[in-house]
Amino acid sequence: MTAPTRTPDPAPPVPVATPVTRTDPPPAGLTMAAALNHALRDAMSADDRVLVLGEDVGPLGGVFRITDGLTAAFGADRCFDTPLAEAGIVGFAVGLAMYGFRPVIELQFDAFAYPGYEQLFSHVAKMGARTAGRVRLPMVVRVPYGGGVGAVEHHSDSGEAYYAHTAGLKVVTPATPADAYSLLREAVEDPDPVVFLEPKRLYWSRSPVQLPVRTEPFGAAVARRTGTDVTVVAYGPTVPLALEAAEAAAARGWSVEVIDLRTLVPFDDETLVASVRRTGRCVVVHEAQGFAGVGAEIAARVQERCFHSLHAPVLRVTGFDVPYPAPKLERHFLPSVERVLGAIARLQWDDEPDARWLEAGGAGGAAGAVRPERP
Amino acid sequence: MTTSVPGTDPSRPLETVSELLPSATPVRFLDPAGEPVDEHAGYREPDSGLLARAYRAMVIGRRLDTQATALAKQGRIAAFPSSRGQEACQVGAALALAPLDWLFPTYRDSTALITRGIPPVEVLAPVRGHRHCGYDPYLHRCAPMATPLATQAPHAVGLASAAARLGEDTVALVLLGDGASSEGDFHEALNFAAVFRAPVVFLVQNNGYAISVPLARQSAAPALAYKGVGYGIPSERVDGNDVLATLAVLGAAVDHARSGRGPMLVEARTYRLGPHTSTDDPSRYRDEAESREWATRDPLARLETHLRRAGLLDDARAAEAHQAAEALAAEIRAATAQPPPTEPDDLFAHVYAAPPASLAEQRRALADEPRATASADVGGRA
Repeated sequence: MTAPTRTPDPAPPVPVATPVTRTDPPPAGLTMAAALNHALRDAMSADDRVLVLGEDVGPLGGVFRITDGLTAAFGADRCFDTPLAEAGIVGFAVGLAMYGFRPVIELQFDAFAYPGYEQLFSHVAKMGARTAGRVRLPMVVRVPYGGGVGAVEHHSDSGEAYYAHTAGLKVVTPATPADAYSLLREAVEDPDPVVFLEPKRLYWSRSPVQLPVRTEPFGAAVARRTGTDVTVVAYGPTVPLALEAAEAAAARGWSVEVIDLRTLVPFDDETLVASVRRTGRCVVVHEAQGFAGVGAEIAARVQERCFHSLHAPVLRVTGFDVPYPAPKLERHFLPSVERVLGAIARLQWDDEPDARWLEAGGAGGAAGAVRPERP
Repeated sequence: MTTSVPGTDPSRPLETVSELLPSATPVRFLDPAGEPVDEHAGYREPDSGLLARAYRAMVIGRRLDTQATALAKQGRIAAFPSSRGQEACQVGAALALAPLDWLFPTYRDSTALITRGIPPVEVLAPVRGHRHCGYDPYLHRCAPMATPLATQAPHAVGLASAAARLGEDTVALVLLGDGASSEGDFHEALNFAAVFRAPVVFLVQNNGYAISVPLARQSAAPALAYKGVGYGIPSERVDGNDVLATLAVLGAAVDHARSGRGPMLVEARTYRLGPHTSTDDPSRYRDEAESREWATRDPLARLETHLRRAGLLDDARAAEAHQAAEALAAEIRAATAQPPPTEPDDLFAHVYAAPPASLAEQRRALADEPRATASADVGGRA
């Protein structure tokens, strides 16, 4: 395996947050954090039923300043702090949503969301089904997630597989400021509960965007770069990485198409299948641990639907199956351009079996016993 | 009904510890034999009209319990969680609420639900096996019965806060058990309710056992009602087998919450005369002498003795209540004689407001399968 040399995105350590509004140097576009803040403002202006609540979201404006100024603008009735208890926050929001409000709750960090999981899994996700559609919970659960920001323990997890595995939730994760704005507005307006995963390493990423913007709706993946040889599937924090890898791949003669899923639930099979049928090769990239992860589901779906178009197995570039490491080790854990290129290189460009699974005593295990002999 | 908790000043928030503390002994109007006792701490005795309604509701609730237990033993419905012996708590809770208030029950609160006016067949939907919740929560202003313990408590706090935001005077009453008082959601709900001054009444039906685990393994508190003090919530203890007391205390608690002075916690000491469910064997964990002793404190018998002595109940009125109970039992038997109607598509119908494409694909695949036989749709036995 190639040693990763990519350095993590420069970002301040959390929870020390960077203000959303920067005056200098002149901004080249809008940050994702600012886009999210605008989305909340516009959603609250558009609909009195929208409430923003959570830990530190009030006068402080959230540890990432995503709710900056909302209490001042809309009053402490509309944007307010809660006691520090995630199950209580989620459960309280259930009651608000049952009675006609549209709560947007912030669970401060990915790993701090876990105490809220029973409420999410046993009630939020199931309420529609268990009441035969009589009770809908139009609520948004915002979770800053993912690593790459040099954070201490419990501040860098990627929990999307837990949410996506739970029927009844919608799971959204933007990769651009425009999507951050549009998908959050759509999440607030959606009749179903939405887990809105915000890649914290992209909070300070910028791109030119004119607000209010509406991008493709839930359930639509988009090609961020078109290509003919390989489809690289990414979402949230790994989309910029996939684009970087595609650029590097082009220098080596591979034309890479980058698909940004945008919403994991609903899942856009159609766009992905159309892409892989054209390219015949597919690599999935995510930060979360690979075992039983979202990438495993995507690989299965692509192979079920594109088998006769595939020239190679679908490969995954993911975090290793270890707990999220200490900050000085995270660059070894996170997917890198080199690892994506390494995966692309293994996509059966010739007739050689994938050497990774042929090493004696390697992870190929039992699969090695039935492998074809190398020519 | 009292309009405030005795000893408190309605004109200001409760602040001192002594104002938050429950009575030293559970509030009661009647001793186990139905004799009046002066241990009601200033709460006002419910009027005769309310007691007549309570009697009728308890007779009907008791019959629902015996009928559902019998059907469970016959395998017509799944394991039924009996609330025999807890009728004074459940009827007291349901009758303390106004029509526009909300109830947040658990799986053991069938008697409260039918007292609230929900058709018994809809209440029994989970054990009939075709739906997790058989009634319309908005129509009856009653949340689905919660099975994970205490998880509905924060919902009640959120809903009550929502109603208050809209300028309504709606109160939410949460039913909980002694076991649920150990769950984190119980404590988070109490805390949220207190911080947001939500109009919520928490009623802990302390029946002494969480399935098999006795109270001593659940809590070392002097009484569960003391758990309110740390959150700044006024609390009360009540004899859960004396419906005069539950009506009086819960009525005052609901009035307290409705007046804008925040939540209240009530612990009702009672006893589950039956098993945890129809598949449970209480002899493995509790003494029969104890059960016999509690049987002498039967809340229904206690009320009947009192009403007859006070000249508030005669044979004719008692017979009418029992006839209504038999009619309800017959309705349940008729409804459960056949398996409930199910459609395979029920799996998909309501998961999302509009099914995503991936789910629509699975829905079509199921629709294309050969239909399962009707017998396979019968609700299972636990």
